[in-house]
Amino acid sequence: MTNTDWPLWEVFVRSRRGLSHTHAGSLHAPDAEFALRNARDLYTRRGEGVSIWVVPSSAITASSPDEKDPFFEPSADKPYRHPTFYEIPEGVKHL
Amino acid sequence: MTTTVPTTAALALGDDALVLSHRLGEWAGRAPVLEEEVALANIALDLLGQARVLLSLAGDEDELAYLREERAFRNLQLVEQPNGDFAHTIARQLFFSTYQHLLYARLAAGDGPFAPLAAKAVKEVAYHRDHAEQWTVRLGDGTEVSHERMQRACAALWRYTGEMFQPVEGLDVEGEKLRADWLESVGDVLRRATLTLPEGPQSGAWTAGAGRQGLHTEPFGRMLAEMQHLHRSHPGATW
Amino acid sequence: MATAAAHETDRTAAYGTDDGATDAYERAFDAAVAADERIEPRDWMPDAYRATLVRQIAQHAHSEIIGMQPEANWITRAPSLRRKAILMAKVQDEAGHGLYLYSAAETLGTSREELLDKLHSGRQKYSSIFNYPTLTWADVGAIGWLVDGAAITNQVPLCRCSYGPYARAMVRICKEESFHQRQGYELLLALSRGTPEQHAMAQDAVDRWWWPSLMMFGPPDDESQHSAQSMAWKIKRHSNDELRQRFVDICVPQAESLGLTLPDPDLRWNEERGHHDFGPIDWTEFWEVLKGNGPCNEQRITQRRQAHDEGAWVREAAAAHAAKRAARGPLTTETTGATRA
Repeated sequence: MTNTDWPLWEVFVRSRRGLSHTHAGSLHAPDAEFALRNARDLYTRRGEGVSIWVVPSSAITASSPDEKDPFFEPSADKPYRHPTFYEIPEGVKHL
Repeated sequence: MTTTVPTTAALALGDDALVLSHRLGEWAGRAPVLEEEVALANIALDLLGQARVLLSLAGDEDELAYLREERAFRNLQLVEQPNGDFAHTIARQLFFSTYQHLLYARLAAGDGPFAPLAAKAVKEVAYHRDHAEQWTVRLGDGTEVSHERMQRACAALWRYTGEMFQPVEGLDVEGEKLRADWLESVGDVLRRATLTLPEGPQSGAWTAGAGRQGLHTEPFGRMLAEMQHLHRSHPGATW
Repeated sequence: MATAAAHETDRTAAYGTDDGATDAYERAFDAAVAADERIEPRDWMPDAYRATLVRQIAQHAHSEIIGMQPEANWITRAPSLRRKAILMAKVQDEAGHGLYLYSAAETLGTSREELLDKLHSGRQKYSSIFNYPTLTWADVGAIGWLVDGAAITNQVPLCRCSYGPYARAMVRICKEESFHQRQGYELLLALSRGTPEQHAMAQDAVDRWWWPSLMMFGPPDDESQHSAQSMAWKIKRHSNDELRQRFVDICVPQAESLGLTLPDPDLRWNEERGHHDFGPIDWTEFWEVLKGNGPCNEQRITQRRQAHDEGAWVREAAAAHAAKRAARGPLTTETTGATRA
């Protein structure tokens, strides 16, 4: 990082109450306060959000594509986790 | 309408917003970093929106903006000052947005003709003030170069700050109380920014008056020439 | 380097140098593209795919920020306060679009600083259209209608581009761009229906912007060096000529409604093709402007560089302040003023 190069931040926006924050994009800022303000100006200037999180990109730990199989495939063969796995006689309500 | 709007006050506040918005618009494509392009434009757009409402209270917004002569503009000399470097722009923002925020908060709390407008604008202006304060602290307490530039900018614009506390016909605000609050707030920000409050007088030694009386500074004439030229070249045209 | 951990691909660690492994990854990549799945930042991708994307996204980002200049040229002279507000908002959007796109490029492991440096030193290009001057107010309208119109025609298919972050940036951009084109059209309509002087101003602008707009789709298909591979990778979805034809067909009736003439004597409906025929494009002009000989190449890049250089002390100050504060220890909410999530 040169002395004029600001770090990268990831921006998460809650579009309205009741919904989770979702990743909106990233931006550069010298510090957290400016990251928050820049995010407000950039990602909510058309009223797209009611709350914002900013996280330094370097603070994110991500699963690597190499881990893809061991990480995500085991869950694919557990259909009993999903409600459609179960057969319920017709006419049974509220289930 | 139940209350009549005092035209002088509408013009004073409207012209402040119009002229400062114009100056900020000059930054487009020239800001120090892309994120700041977006921030400055946001502030400029807020101000332009306020200007349009205020001028419309006094007459036709475009006639007032484009067809008045320099002497008929009632804005503060502070807001017409050229952008200078980024430090000058930030010092101008700090001085003006602190004033505007304090003033609009008072107007919003009252029941005068500007209360509804001020109630909406005060939220926008709070953000402008925050933006200016954040930058003042970073430039003041940044590098040696930025510290020096910021201190110089504050000193250069200081002489235009006294005008803000002059009484304006139709605005029920106690000037000296406003000045005290303003000094306290600006003083606090400058301290946090490791800057000192400029020492000189808050107004120039010219008893003829200043912007509120229609007397402006040299750069303002050129600014208006640019702003009004196209509109005036096509009398009666609609756009 | 300022790449996010979330974006970073530690390629040697993840894939080694084993050719067999690379082959398997390549097959997975090809299969994903073929199945119309999106490629995401940490997925394996061929070097050439990555390079093509960086080049294209960077050029796109640069175009947004250089493109601010010709329009910003009229902000201080906008003839009504309504138009002034619209124009400011539009130029602001362009800065925002530049930011979205630089972010997308950064997911490929190239920092914005690096990309800006390449722009400033002429190693990366921006759209040639912005090397033309805005001489009158009507040019603001012509840019909105024709230049943004051409850009949208190009960009809508990019919302389905195979690279996820680019596609997502384009979705956001296209949503916001639709106002740009409409405001341009409305602006020209007001002029066309205005005084004779205003009408002439509008016609003059369309005369000057029409041909350069057609050039925005790039060289004809048989001369386009990157097209075939980009289409195979689904970065690009339609050929240059296809999109150009689509644009002409859209513009002809719009020009009629405007009451303005498109400056092409050969322009006519071809019943057999079901498209409009149009006259030959001056590709010499295109290549010359691309090479740097357009009316504003020098001016645009000089202003960009100047803004960047003059802003250096500001960026340095903010970075220095952040470093000082970090050294002083954690912040309190009182000093940050940050709002709670």
